[in-house]
Amino acid sequence: MELQRVVITGMGAITPIGNNVDEYWAALLKGTLGVGPITHFDPEKFATRFACEVKNLNVTDFIPHKTLLRMDPCAQFAMVSTMEAIADSGLDLEKVNKERIGVIFGSGIGGFTSMMDSAIAFVDSDRTPRFSPYLLIKVLGDVISGHISLKYGFRGPNYITSAACASAANAIGDAMHLIQLGKADIIVTGGTEASINETAIGGFNAMHALSTRNDDYLHASRPFDRDRDGFVMGEGAATLILERLDHALARGAKIYGELGGVGMTADTFHITAPAPDGISASTSMRLAMQDANIKPEEVDYINMHGTSTPQGDLSECVAIQHTFGEHASKLLLNSTKSMTGHLLGAGPAIETVAILKSIQHNIVHPTVNLMHLDERISPEWNFCANGPVQRPINVVLSNSFGFGGHNVSLLYKRYTA
Amino acid sequence: MSEILEKVQSIIADKLSVNPAEVTPEKSFSDDLGADSLDTAELVLDFENAFGIKMPQEEMENIITVGDAINAIEKLVAEK
Repeated sequence: MELQRVVITGMGAITPIGNNVDEYWAALLKGTLGVGPITHFDPEKFATRFACEVKNLNVTDFIPHKTLLRMDPCAQFAMVSTMEAIADSGLDLEKVNKERIGVIFGSGIGGFTSMMDSAIAFVDSDRTPRFSPYLLIKVLGDVISGHISLKYGFRGPNYITSAACASAANAIGDAMHLIQLGKADIIVTGGTEASINETAIGGFNAMHALSTRNDDYLHASRPFDRDRDGFVMGEGAATLILERLDHALARGAKIYGELGGVGMTADTFHITAPAPDGISASTSMRLAMQDANIKPEEVDYINMHGTSTPQGDLSECVAIQHTFGEHASKLLLNSTKSMTGHLLGAGPAIETVAILKSIQHNIVHPTVNLMHLDERISPEWNFCANGPVQRPINVVLSNSFGFGGHNVSLLYKRYTA
Repeated sequence: MSEILEKVQSIIADKLSVNPAEVTPEKSFSDDLGADSLDTAELVLDFENAFGIKMPQEEMENIITVGDAINAIEKLVAEK
């Protein structure tokens, strides 16, 4: 059977450096830092006391009070970014066939903070079970997609994907496959995460995964830099409207780009550490390119996973070297996380927004805080460390790797008839 | 007991996003105020916290209207 082509026709974003796509993109080009002292809880006793929090977002401007009471912040972020994406897509909600529209979000942890707060309240009480009937609908990750279908009446496929920091990439990949196979005309997809809480910071600290550069936190997220010491936790969401090409053309939608392929592999090396040989990550990139019928030499830019962990950044560079050989030095490379921090399962979604803006404007945002390149990484490679780089951008890979050994690569390209 | 009435009205109005003036004793939570079963269960928790009472399960099941809630709360507060 012939597979349908899939394009992106709408975007929305809530990030630590901007609460809509335009703000976020402008902030990326300026090299804006999303990091600051943690305000969501008192971090005094924690090894890491900074994070990339979402700022100045008044969710009551978007979501009715009564609905808000039933939503964890992760679902709230997803709803607000989806409202932007739906508006941006120009979809006529009166005319569209809602049975053919699905919602597939990715989230690494779902309503983690609601779970934690409720457990604390129980333990602090006389332990008579007095749990809120809203508790589980805030905790369960799947309601992220549920709330969106409920608001808009989208009756197509509805679930979430969870693969740690690759979650949204799996959601976007699944969305592409369903549309390719003709199971839906449109999928509202993306990722969301809101896990800046005591348990997450404490847990990631215990794994030595987070930067502890408290005295100089502005320079804590520094992917590929020799002095990097871990990632910086972020939060937020992004939504992409994926649509069957002929459906988009028929309604005269604006098209940001085409999702051409997805590659997915597992490392089978260690439950958290990435395989140093980068073989599975390399296979993931290769499969995405094959899927889209693209040769490595055609790739212009890779939006890297680049979290700023000592081992992760290096393994990804090894994988890129293995995949691209000499072409690696011709690629533009960057890490969105150098500014936004690591939004865990939502990372691949906000990074997709950056990629599609790059295709639209032929400009790639910088990697900030890269002062001294790790000497194990080729100095020939272009990480856009000195500022945005203007160049024709037609084919882009997005890499996302998750604890558990999940590797997902997405291949985006400029839409041409 | 107008103090209880006022507190109950404000809790209900906030949780259900309705005007406090609409929250009168004869109003049914589900038919008049738009509450579903989760909302009513959550409201009972809020009443318990606000008045320092524990509402037995059989008591909860008899609460249909705002007046029922107020009567139950008054009784439990008096028994404290």
